[in-house]
Amino acid sequence: MKTIKFLFATLVLSLSFTACNDDGDDPIIVEENPLAEYKLLTNVKANNHSIEIYSEQQEFTLGYNELFLRIKDEATDSYISNAEISWKPMMHMTEMMHSCPKSGVSKTENASVYKGFTVFQMPGNADEYWELGLEYSVAGQTYNATERIEVKAPADGKQRVSVFMGTDDTRYVLAMLPMAPEVALNDFSALLFKMESMMAFPAVEDFTVVLDPRMPGMGNHSSPNNEDLTYDASDGMYRGKLSLTMTGYWKINLILENENGEAVKGEAVTDDNESSSLFFEIEF
Amino acid sequence: MKTEFEKGSHPYGGGGPKKKTLVLALLSFVLSHWVVQGQEIQIDPITDSILPISLEEIILISSYKRSLEHKSHHKPLSTLDEYLESSKKVGMIKRGAYAWEPVLNDMGSERLAVTIDGMRIFGACTDRMDPITSYVDVSNLSDVHVACGQQGAEQGATIGGAIDLRLEKSNFKPLGWTGSVETGGESNNAAQIIGGELNYSDERFYLDTDIIYRKAENYTAGGGQEVAYSQFEKYNLSANTGYRVSDDQRVLASFIFDEARDVGYPALPMDVSLARAFIGSVSWVQTDLIGGFEQWETKLYANSITHIMDDSERPDVPIRMDMPGWSDTYGYYSQVRLKLDKHAFLMKLDGFYNRSLAEMTMYPNNPGEPEMFMLTWPDVRTLNTGFYAEDEIELKASSLKLSGRLALQGFRVADALGLNSLRIFYPEMQRRQSRFLKSVSTQYHRKFKTVHFNGGLSYGDRAPSVSEGFGFYLFNSFDNHDYIGDPDLKNEKAIEVNAKLSLPLEKLTLGVEGNYFHTMDYIIGELNPALSVMTIGAEGVKVYKNLDYAQLYNATLDAKYQITPALICSGLLSYHRGTDQDGRNLPFISPLVYNAMLQYSRGKFTGSLMMRGAGDQVHFNPGFGEDRTDGYTMFSLSLGKSFSINQDNLYVKAGVENIFDTFYSTYSDWNNIPRMGRNLYMTVSYAIN
Repeated sequence: MKTIKFLFATLVLSLSFTACNDDGDDPIIVEENPLAEYKLLTNVKANNHSIEIYSEQQEFTLGYNELFLRIKDEATDSYISNAEISWKPMMHMTEMMHSCPKSGVSKTENASVYKGFTVFQMPGNADEYWELGLEYSVAGQTYNATERIEVKAPADGKQRVSVFMGTDDTRYVLAMLPMAPEVALNDFSALLFKMESMMAFPAVEDFTVVLDPRMPGMGNHSSPNNEDLTYDASDGMYRGKLSLTMTGYWKINLILENENGEAVKGEAVTDDNESSSLFFEIEF
Repeated sequence: MKTEFEKGSHPYGGGGPKKKTLVLALLSFVLSHWVVQGQEIQIDPITDSILPISLEEIILISSYKRSLEHKSHHKPLSTLDEYLESSKKVGMIKRGAYAWEPVLNDMGSERLAVTIDGMRIFGACTDRMDPITSYVDVSNLSDVHVACGQQGAEQGATIGGAIDLRLEKSNFKPLGWTGSVETGGESNNAAQIIGGELNYSDERFYLDTDIIYRKAENYTAGGGQEVAYSQFEKYNLSANTGYRVSDDQRVLASFIFDEARDVGYPALPMDVSLARAFIGSVSWVQTDLIGGFEQWETKLYANSITHIMDDSERPDVPIRMDMPGWSDTYGYYSQVRLKLDKHAFLMKLDGFYNRSLAEMTMYPNNPGEPEMFMLTWPDVRTLNTGFYAEDEIELKASSLKLSGRLALQGFRVADALGLNSLRIFYPEMQRRQSRFLKSVSTQYHRKFKTVHFNGGLSYGDRAPSVSEGFGFYLFNSFDNHDYIGDPDLKNEKAIEVNAKLSLPLEKLTLGVEGNYFHTMDYIIGELNPALSVMTIGAEGVKVYKNLDYAQLYNATLDAKYQITPALICSGLLSYHRGTDQDGRNLPFISPLVYNAMLQYSRGKFTGSLMMRGAGDQVHFNPGFGEDRTDGYTMFSLSLGKSFSINQDNLYVKAGVENIFDTFYSTYSDWNNIPRMGRNLYMTVSYAIN
């Protein structure tokens, strides 16, 4: 009987064996410069101020750019809090000028850091360039500054923004938000604007962006359980889910539908139609 | 001489025919010798089985006389796969000339417990190209135990049964140094086999070593068609040792290294450049434990498999890819016996931990695009702890065997990429899960004069396999579909009924045997038309799911007739059927199969003429890639003679398989690849005593 008890005790012990490997959270590193982890893209010197523009990206890039701003008072060597800032990017083309979709510039939790985004729909080149106009008021006084910036096409050449004429004769700008793609069900979001004029790009609400990710290198393999991008009124973003079943090159075929479900741009992928005319590209 | 026999049908223990032929005597000698050996190693149920209650089939691999290996088989030095195929119960799914997958009661790897000397070991290939049987060779083994249904629960949770590949050991027999050299060749695929063994054994210590090397080129089907990519090359080394610590205490250790290279799979779009296994164990065996407990055996084991699948030899593929897989298993078991009055108990505690990982990298035709990578097995860790107990009760003219297994099996998906991949399909999927597995079985034996009756009723279940639970776009070239696992599958459960009647008459022995499996939540892949294929050219994607139930029937009739003392005729007819709850045919169910053999044995000469065949496969399922496979009949012939040279023995055997060069394939030939045409073989064994 002793042996049986022993055997049972061993069994119970074995059954209660479980491995433990919970991932701990990384400790938050407190930095003196709240934007130390970001790249300083440009430093606009004007009005005895130095306006620093930071981004997670390495440069101003075609498509969506999230930008952080700080204004340094050169006289006191301190950063100005609670300024009111507005901006206007301007593309100087050889024959005309136009702006681009953008957000307002808002304050962040750190009162000396401001943020907003721009969606550059074309890169600069030898003859054409972007200029960022800034207007800001500090303690009731308004200042202006302008800086020429270099907007580059992404090094990988992948499409992350699309400017197109819809079937409703409206010109739209659709930009995907940067993401770190994984073999997983990814959060995926985009911004949609229409071009009312050369200078006005209001956000478009309540459309739907239908997703159909494909791998042209794998016989146009698609992935399951994608969620089309729908409009989130709280922040004006189109959000959905993008599933990627493997690493590699993915073409995210899109169909833009208006509030009535009518296709404004893009075609369904079928055996005869390999891809949509509206798409993004992801490679990882 | 015959290579397999069944404990249940063997008229041993009295009441058998008085007039025994030489062959039968030899058979008895094989059995009795094996029993003696069994008592020595003291792990075999037959030693305690007073009556032949077990329905196990034993496929003998090494001969009764160790100095002459493999003499027992009609084709010595054939691959283990060929040995298994000659069995009454085991069928083989064939994807090429190498690494056939054993099927028992029409059930494959995931429904069977395949073990090497009781050790759990799992293949590393997502496409089942490396069944466990491919990691050992005939040079390592003494015999193969085949137990049907829950009779195999001793080895682990199973539905279809268990196949235990038993290693050959000298076991402290006072033989001193012995050795042998063997070589063989085959005409059809230019196969060369060379092997040898060197053993030392005395009453205190033994060390057995063996080595075997095989190389084969493409084979040719009946009619002369060469089957491309059917070549293989393999070598295997093994060592077994034992040391007697005291009269009743022994330490044993075993090690096997097996490596196959350049293995072609003509039925598949990919080949295997490397399949390698390291298999090792240490055990402690003690005759007496505390109280009445005896024959205590404890084994610790580990094995590691690397399997590299690639398509570098194929000139024309839609996309280049590499698919390596790894499977490591660590395990133990400890078992003890107890005899009380009319009861013979066996208790066994066992457990294993397995890690299964497989990946796929595809190289785009456009060199500007990055490699495509996915985990096809997401580093699944399986932890299984089980307890098995059986009691054989001796009754008046009958006996009853009760057995049961309880086990806890846990799965953990260790790789984050793999987990996230599966969460594309199952967003709520947990990283861990655990399952409770159980098995109960009763088996009854009764003897009416000379007639033996065996009957049994059992229930058992199994957890999904790694592929069924966690597979990610596993391509099945048979039905041309990608398969996706489902971690939420229910355990598959089966109620099994079996019966067997053996009628030893004067010169004729008849056996009838049948079993029925009512399998609930039968796991099978079902088409999901909403999913897009991953593999270029695949027709669709199937997801594993539980059927309501499936029904499997197997029935066998076998007969043996003694024409003259030197001449024996035997035959076997078996019927199989498998359907689901809607009457739909299940895949890989054997059609009517028959074989017959005429064996002659006199003095040092043996000869056999064999016929093997199958009826048309009328119950097939196109949904699983099956088509109607025509029936066939095939004949083989073998002749053998042994010579004595001084103290040593020389054994020569030659034969021809598929004498009439018939072109045929069977229901279990993947994508209907044809089987080998006419093949002449010859083996020479030289044993140094």
